[in-house]
Amino acid sequence: MAFISSGYNPDKPMENRITDIGPRNYEEFYPPVIKKNKGKWLYHEILEPGVLVHVAESGDEVYTVRVGGARLMSVSLIQEICEIADKHCGGYVRWTTRNNIEFMVDSKDKVEPLKKDLSSRKFDAGSFKFPIGGTGAGVTNIVHTQGWLHCHTPATDASGPVKATMDVLFDDFQNMRLPAQLRVSLACCLNMCGAVHCSDIAILGYHRKPPMLDHEYLDKMCEIPLAVAACPTAAIRPTKVELPDGKKVNSVAVKNERCMFCGNCYTMCPAMPLADKEGDGIVIMVGGKVSNRISEPKFSKVAVAFLPNEAPRWPQTTSIIKKITEAYANGGRKYERLGDWAERISWERFFDVCELEFTHHLIDDFRDPAYYTWRHSTQFKF
Amino acid sequence: MKLKHETPMLDELESGPWPSFVSDIKQEAAKRAKNEKNVEYQIPTDVCDDLLGILELSFKHGRTHWKHGGIVGVFGYGGGVIGRYCDQPQNFPGVAHFHTMRVSQPGGKYYTTDFLKQLCDLWDLRGSGVTNMHGSTGDIILLGTTTRQLEEVFYELTHNMNQDLGGSGSNLRTPADCLGQSRCEYACYDTQHLCYTLTQEYQDELHRPAFPYKFKFKFDGCPNGCVASIARSDMSFIGTWKDDIRIDQEAVQAYIGGEIAPNGGAHAGRDWGPFDIQKEVINLCPTECMWMDGKDLKIDNKECVRCMHCIDAMPRALRIGQDTGLSILVGAKAPILDGAQMGTMLVPFIKAEEPYDEIKEVIESIWDWWMEEGKNRERLGELMKRQGFQRMLEMTNQKPDPRMVKEPRHNPYIFWKEEEVEGGFERDVNEFRKHHQR
Repeated sequence: MAFISSGYNPDKPMENRITDIGPRNYEEFYPPVIKKNKGKWLYHEILEPGVLVHVAESGDEVYTVRVGGARLMSVSLIQEICEIADKHCGGYVRWTTRNNIEFMVDSKDKVEPLKKDLSSRKFDAGSFKFPIGGTGAGVTNIVHTQGWLHCHTPATDASGPVKATMDVLFDDFQNMRLPAQLRVSLACCLNMCGAVHCSDIAILGYHRKPPMLDHEYLDKMCEIPLAVAACPTAAIRPTKVELPDGKKVNSVAVKNERCMFCGNCYTMCPAMPLADKEGDGIVIMVGGKVSNRISEPKFSKVAVAFLPNEAPRWPQTTSIIKKITEAYANGGRKYERLGDWAERISWERFFDVCELEFTHHLIDDFRDPAYYTWRHSTQFKF
Repeated sequence: MKLKHETPMLDELESGPWPSFVSDIKQEAAKRAKNEKNVEYQIPTDVCDDLLGILELSFKHGRTHWKHGGIVGVFGYGGGVIGRYCDQPQNFPGVAHFHTMRVSQPGGKYYTTDFLKQLCDLWDLRGSGVTNMHGSTGDIILLGTTTRQLEEVFYELTHNMNQDLGGSGSNLRTPADCLGQSRCEYACYDTQHLCYTLTQEYQDELHRPAFPYKFKFKFDGCPNGCVASIARSDMSFIGTWKDDIRIDQEAVQAYIGGEIAPNGGAHAGRDWGPFDIQKEVINLCPTECMWMDGKDLKIDNKECVRCMHCIDAMPRALRIGQDTGLSILVGAKAPILDGAQMGTMLVPFIKAEEPYDEIKEVIESIWDWWMEEGKNRERLGELMKRQGFQRMLEMTNQKPDPRMVKEPRHNPYIFWKEEEVEGGFERDVNEFRKHHQR
């Protein structure tokens, strides 16, 4: 391959340099019907799962067909999206916050051909490229992180468990039978780039073994004071270590019983890796939400302390998620989010109906907030 | 077409209905190998093959094979590029260098296909051809290229596409918004305009890390919170209103009469029985401020907390008020280190009007405080906990307001300041002893 210059001159990096221009202005990318009616929308309706209509004061309508997608996406697939958008949508398309793709058309007669086109496209091995759904009282796309595909700190994969989970929840992606929307999210470690901590169901990668110490290299690779300061439980202290060859080096020591396995030390110091096949796995958290609707936003709570990483399809994880979803579908009242349902029936009942074991791991013992989660009353259910 | 590596575990992720990322990357690998368009690929042609190969190895080992980052970037910026190297470069040379570039996404994530095609061509030529649409913060993520290509990509982005990189590291992260007024009747302010204006205003903070840690802005048009700003942004801007919910009584009757499906038809997948306004709307109102007066729906707006339920449930009958603005909440973050934090109400109501000077004042006073007092890798929420919310009020010149708390404090351990106590703290102990023997 011959190098092709963009025009950049490495000897004079500042020559013709353009910086600090920010993103393109959104106005350039609005479809005409959106531009015309911005701020003047009257109401919307979900005509069927994955198909919405928004009606403006002017009487204009915009029909949206929402499809799911792996957020990990090749340029060929994006080019195919462009081809569809050129054919049906005048060359416009958008993504949602939850990695769905939305194709918009300005009249109803354009909806069916668009739907037909989208549904007909499949990968060679058989999965849909553009499944229609993800609206209303159902499951929408999973927001997630990078996992083993690109991240250096994950305790699980992201795209793999997401694919496996969405296969299991697929009917609810294309249906709206649940009491309310069910937001599922995945973060492959506690850093939670995916911010899953307020999701109806959160799949969280977690380590369970303290860091290994690469003494020979630690002082060369890391700022020891930063590694020490990184530990939220003060489990790390500086120390001198004698290597097998008798050489003394500066390093750190870890009080394993204080370790909460957050991996923050590894973020600061690459000589403290903690990933481990048996140690790493998944925590299932439930009942969080970000909406202010009816009840206030709330954090997800730990429902299952640990599940092993069962690549490639994480069967225990997906079956527990399915079980929780079914229990919620059966027990929730209309408009009730999963967390509100669990609080109404009580958490003790939640563990019964979801057939989940309540273990000591699920009682909070992390600092002050823990106390506020213990029961301070005589009100409980048998 | 045969791929470079056997991937028996990944192959199992090709079945099932949900779009398979494995199928997609395989397709991309095959396309690059064939190279029908004679692209002069600037990074190894087999990059996608090796990406699948190393991912298969991770599936087998149950551990990642990516090394800790590396300091790479484009000249003059401290963010926007994340260095990445694999730990098995001999076996997977195509992904030996696999750096990420974050490209600042447009507001509302609307695109023209012209823009996307240009971006695809660029990434096909100079990168792996693999992306994330989009990353968790909101950027377009270009996943995997070599160090030499970073400046080339940046040059093409800025010169040919009028497009900049986003944020990473200890800086302002690329702000993100909901689609807002562009296609939503609930939006209380123009999220796109405010997001774009502040993004442009703070380009320096976005590209050149000068903060103690990351800092996120997110813009939600209403309390439904579709971009989850309240859970994951250091400053969360959530639309709200002060006046009355607009009621169309005829439409209320149409909902009661079953002519319009509630909640925009969101519950159509099950027979929940006929719509019951008492049970489904009035009784679920968290402040019990609604009732039927004969055929008219009444709302005591003074008692409304704008939870959105009644509007969500009957969007054709009820609309947000017209005296709109936004609330600013501060300090939300994910769990690392001291546990997750939800946003805390700092400014209950502020108008969202150009040029947004009042909003910028709040932002800049918070940054002044945090940059002065924040420790290395301390998020704003953690500083708030360490120094107290009163300090936040002092630094931002906000008046204490009961709307900022759920309830008053549980203890009387008030840190009285000397100037708040009559006569000050200095006293004469001998004078005291004249009346109180030792």
